[in-house]
Amino acid sequence: MQGKVVISGVGNTVYGKHPGRDRVDLIVEAAREAIADAGIEKAEIDGVFVKMANSSPTILYGQKVSEALGLQPAIGCALDQGGAANIGLMTYAALAIDAGLIKNALICYGDTARTGSHAVYHRPRGDDAIMGWYSTAAGYAMIHQAYRERYKTPDEHFAAVALAARNHGAQNPKAHLRLPLTMDAYLASPYVIEPLRRDDMCLVSDGGAALVMTSDGDARRRGNVRAVPILGMGQGQESWEVHLRPDLLRTKAVESADMAFAQAKIDRGGVSFAQIYDCFTVTVLQTLEDYGLAPRGQAGAKALAEGLGLGGWLPFNTSGGLLSESGTPGLQLIIEAVRQLRNEALLQVNGASYGLISNQGGSMHTHATLILGAAG
Amino acid sequence: MSIPDVTRPDITRNATNAPYWSALSQGRLDFQHCRACGHQWLPARENCPNCLAADPQWQPASGRGKLVSWVVYHKAYAPHLEDRVPYNVAIVELAEGPRMISNIIGHPEGQGLYIGADVELAIARDFGLDLPRFRLQSD
Ligand SMILES: [Zn+2]
Repeated sequence: MQGKVVISGVGNTVYGKHPGRDRVDLIVEAAREAIADAGIEKAEIDGVFVKMANSSPTILYGQKVSEALGLQPAIGCALDQGGAANIGLMTYAALAIDAGLIKNALICYGDTARTGSHAVYHRPRGDDAIMGWYSTAAGYAMIHQAYRERYKTPDEHFAAVALAARNHGAQNPKAHLRLPLTMDAYLASPYVIEPLRRDDMCLVSDGGAALVMTSDGDARRRGNVRAVPILGMGQGQESWEVHLRPDLLRTKAVESADMAFAQAKIDRGGVSFAQIYDCFTVTVLQTLEDYGLAPRGQAGAKALAEGLGLGGWLPFNTSGGLLSESGTPGLQLIIEAVRQLRNEALLQVNGASYGLISNQGGSMHTHATLILGAAG
Repeated sequence: MSIPDVTRPDITRNATNAPYWSALSQGRLDFQHCRACGHQWLPARENCPNCLAADPQWQPASGRGKLVSWVVYHKAYAPHLEDRVPYNVAIVELAEGPRMISNIIGHPEGQGLYIGADVELAIARDFGLDLPRFRLQSD
């Protein structure tokens, strides 16, 4: 993409609990903010791209959301790629904008997984449920076990990820969980599915988030100096269930990052910050290593020694991520990256020039990578 | 009309997986072998995921395998599991190649388990079915 398409506006609801509210109303609230932020009229949106709601997948969901927005877009659709869907949708929207099919795309997600149904996260995993195989978390517990056995990883390395996210989220007034975490508290927290502790696991949150994309030319004509350029996008789908993968510690995240960095034509060392999909702490260690930012098995040691805060090795999940800001699947990470690159973040990385974002879903079944440049 | 017993999980029953469950009830663990390309796999499928040929053949496993990873549930995700926690769930790779989700008998809390441990089939009757569980060969 190399800057031909930009993110022109972002918006989100407060994250946490929205009892009694409909997920589509949360999307409309976030979209209203994103459209105003982009400085366009609602009627100028001609693409509506919705991530399927985790808690209740349905047919014709893109049309249900468009109806609530009072729109009859050229392109309206919903996608399921688990937690990789938001970057997936952005990729297809960017291609449609670049091809001249549409001018302004709305990417959006809303859900009430906290106060509504979170049955999807506790689900029986097919016929293997007869063996007691339940929940999303269990797949990550298998990967966490394989990781710590292969690299002899102490618990403190996983904790370094949780501490960084939680300490950033504690400073974010819109975050779902604003409770800083200490190493002692992490190590004392009980196992849920051993080796996963409660604090290794992301939140389950209600909330809505949205962003608007347009061409760089259109944003410039409107004088939108806060538009953030999309430099690179990548995807890779592992597809196989966790237990059927030849190596539990290899997915297609490597290929996804290679695709995005090749497109962006930037050096990996030039990344100013990373918003990594922290559904579980092991996912972050794996992703940092898959992205070539740390040697295999050493991301946790590096995080512990050099820090993941603003002054650390790599400023990470600066608004709290899924572990603290919101358990909603991924759009909040992209929105925080946009705020960083506009120099409008609460915990601002000085001179942020390149932002790296990962999205992934299932039990590392899907992966997507996004690289953004600085506004202006 | 009978009321389904929600405290007892069940399996999908169809023509494709019927030989798998039938073999277990006869004390055997069978996997699928592709007559076209030789690929071997579980769970049951109509077509080979490698070459897509619709020519799978059921073959008996030796019952020997290795532990790939395991977890210990301290939380019950369904009512029938409340009096079973803590219990383990393991990934086992059969000597013939196929992988499966199982349990390691005798180590509910995972004590003494390690990746690469040699395991052997120990079919156990539970929930009205013959389930393919494993034990450590060293036990
Ligand atoms: Zn075949």
